Amino acid sequence: MTALDLTKKAGFALAVATIVTVSVFPFYYAVITSFETGTALFEVNYLPQGFDFGNYLAVLGQQAFPRNVLNSVFIATATVGAALLLAVTAAYALSRVRFRGRGLLLMTILAVSMFPQIAVLSGLFEMVRFLGIFNTPWAMILSYTIFTLPFTVWVLTTFMRDLPVEIEEAAIVDGASPWVVITQVFLPLLWPAMVTTGLLAFIGAWNEFLFALTFTASETTRTVPVAIALLSGASQFETPWGTIMAASVIVTVPLIVLVLIFQRKIVAGLTAGGVKG
Amino acid sequence: MAHIQLHDIRKSYGAAEVIKGVDLEIRAGEFMVFVGPSGCGKSTLLRLISGLTSISSGELLFDGARMNSKVPSDRGIAMVFQSYALYPHMTVYENMAFGMKLAKAGKAAIRERVERAAEMLQIGHLLERLPRQLSGGQRQRVAIGRAICRDPRVFLFDEPLSNLDAALRVATRLEIAKLHHDMEKATMVYVTHDQVEAMTLADRICVLRDGKVEQVGTPADLYEKPNSTFVAGFIGSPKMNLLNGAIAAGHGCRTLGIRSEHIDITGEGAVWSGEVVHAEDLGSDTYLYVDIGAEEPVVVRREGRRAIALGETVGLRPRPENLHRFDAGGLPLH
Repeated sequence: MTALDLTKKAGFALAVATIVTVSVFPFYYAVITSFETGTALFEVNYLPQGFDFGNYLAVLGQQAFPRNVLNSVFIATATVGAALLLAVTAAYALSRVRFRGRGLLLMTILAVSMFPQIAVLSGLFEMVRFLGIFNTPWAMILSYTIFTLPFTVWVLTTFMRDLPVEIEEAAIVDGASPWVVITQVFLPLLWPAMVTTGLLAFIGAWNEFLFALTFTASETTRTVPVAIALLSGASQFETPWGTIMAASVIVTVPLIVLVLIFQRKIVAGLTAGGVKG
Repeated sequence: MAHIQLHDIRKSYGAAEVIKGVDLEIRAGEFMVFVGPSGCGKSTLLRLISGLTSISSGELLFDGARMNSKVPSDRGIAMVFQSYALYPHMTVYENMAFGMKLAKAGKAAIRERVERAAEMLQIGHLLERLPRQLSGGQRQRVAIGRAICRDPRVFLFDEPLSNLDAALRVATRLEIAKLHHDMEKATMVYVTHDQVEAMTLADRICVLRDGKVEQVGTPADLYEKPNSTFVAGFIGSPKMNLLNGAIAAGHGCRTLGIRSEHIDITGEGAVWSGEVVHAEDLGSDTYLYVDIGAEEPVVVRREGRRAIALGETVGLRPRPENLHRFDAGGLPLH
C-alpha cells in the first residue's frame, strides 16, 4: 500500500513538474537571454551565463520606450476603470431590473465577443478617425473597452444575480437609491469578481497588439507590445533579440506583481453571514 | 404611529391575480398578524404595504395619506426579513446606522439612537462585530435593531422567526411581544404561517386564503367564532375536528366542528363512541385519537396523563355550547 501511495505521489509530482516546466520555460528562457549580449545570444544554454544589464540599459536608454510603458499603463488602467464602471452598472440592470428583451440583450452582448478583431478593424478605424482620436491613447481605450465589456458584463451579471435580493431590498427600505445600492452595498460584496475581471481586462489591454499597431502612427503614442515588435537593431538585417527579451521581461514583471498582490485579495465567502447560512 | 387603510387592494403578475381585492383597516399602534397557508398572498400583501412591490389597483392609506406611489423609504416603514438581510460587509453598528446615515442624520444623533436600540435588544456588546460572527438569533436581533433605528411609523415583519430553531423562536417571539409593548407608538404588521405565533403575538389576526381576507378579528374571536371551516381548521392546535356526513347531518348542518378540549370522555350520556387508535402524551395533556366512524379520527384532549389503552372503546360527549355548525359553503349557521 505504501509503495502504491509512493508511486501515486511521484506520478503527481512528475505531472506538476511537467506542467510548470512547459508553462514557465519560455519566460525563463526570455529572462536568461535578456542577460546575454553579442554572439552569446545565439548559443543555446539553459543556465544563466552571467548577468549583463547591457540590454536593459539599452532599452531604457531609448527615448521612446519609457514613454511607451507609461502609455500602456495609462491605457490599461483607463480601460479597466471604464469597463468596470460600465459593467457594474449594466450588470445591476441585467441582473435586477426586469425588462422586456433582457435575455436577448444578454445574448447580443455575448455575440459581440465572438467577432474576431480583424473583422471589426476597418470599421473601428473609421470610427476612430470620425471621433478624431486616431494616434491618441483614447483610440485604444475605446476599442479595448468594447472588447472587454462582454466578458466583464457576463461575469458580473452572474455574480450579482447570486447576491441575495433581500439585502438590496433592505437597502431600499433604508432609503438607498440604485446608485447607493451599487456603490455601498453591492460593490463591497463584488470585490472578488471585480478583481478577477479587472485583472483579466488589464492583462488583455496590456498585451493587445493589433489595435495598438493600427491606431497609432508615431513612436511616442505606441504601447509596449508594438514598441517591442518594432525595436530595430544596428542594421535592418539584424533582429535585436537581447533588447527585445529585456523589454519583454520589463513589461511582464508588472503583470506578475499585480497577480500576486490581488491573489490574496480574492477572498471568497465575503457574503457569508448576511443572510441565513 | 400610523393608521393603515387598504381599499380594494389588488396585485396581478401578468394574467395571474395574486391579491384579489383586500379591504382592511389596521389601527394605529396595533399588532396585526397576517396568517395563512403558503401561497395565500400574505407576504405579497406585506410587500405591497412596504412599497417593495407595486400595487396594481386599489388604495393604500397611512393616516389618510395615499401611499401607492411613494417609495419605501418615504413611507416611514421598517422591515425585518426572514433571512435577516444584514449587510455582510458592515459591522452591527454600521448596519443599524446605515439608514440614518443615508438620511444625513448627525453623527451624535446616530450614535445615540443606535446605542439605545442596542441596549433595548441587549446587543450592545456586539456593535463592532460583523454579521458572520453572530449566531442566528443575534443576527435577527440586529435586524430588528436596524428596524428600530429607522424610528418607523410601521414595523413590517416577514416571517422573522422561520429561520430560527424552536427554542430560539419562542425566546425571540417573547422579545417581539415585549418590543411591541415598549414601543406603543408603532403599528406592527407581521406575516407568519405559524398560527401559534399569530395567536400569541397578535392584537388582531387577518387570515388570508387565496388572495382574499377570510376573517379578521382578535385571536379569541377567531378561536371561538370562526366564520368559515377554513379558519376553524387553521386556527388552533391541534386543529378543530371537522366532521361531515351523517354525524353532521344529525346536528342539522353539513360540517360540524368541535375542538378537542370541548369533548368529554364519559360513560353515560355519550353521543359518540369509538375505539382509541392513537394517543399523544404531552405530559400536561394527552391527545386521544378516537375512531367514531367519521373520515378522520376525532382528537380529544384529556388533562394529565391518565393512560387509556389503545384499542379501548370510549364514549364521547361534545359540549353542545361549543359546537360549530357550518353550511355547505363552509359558512357558519347560527
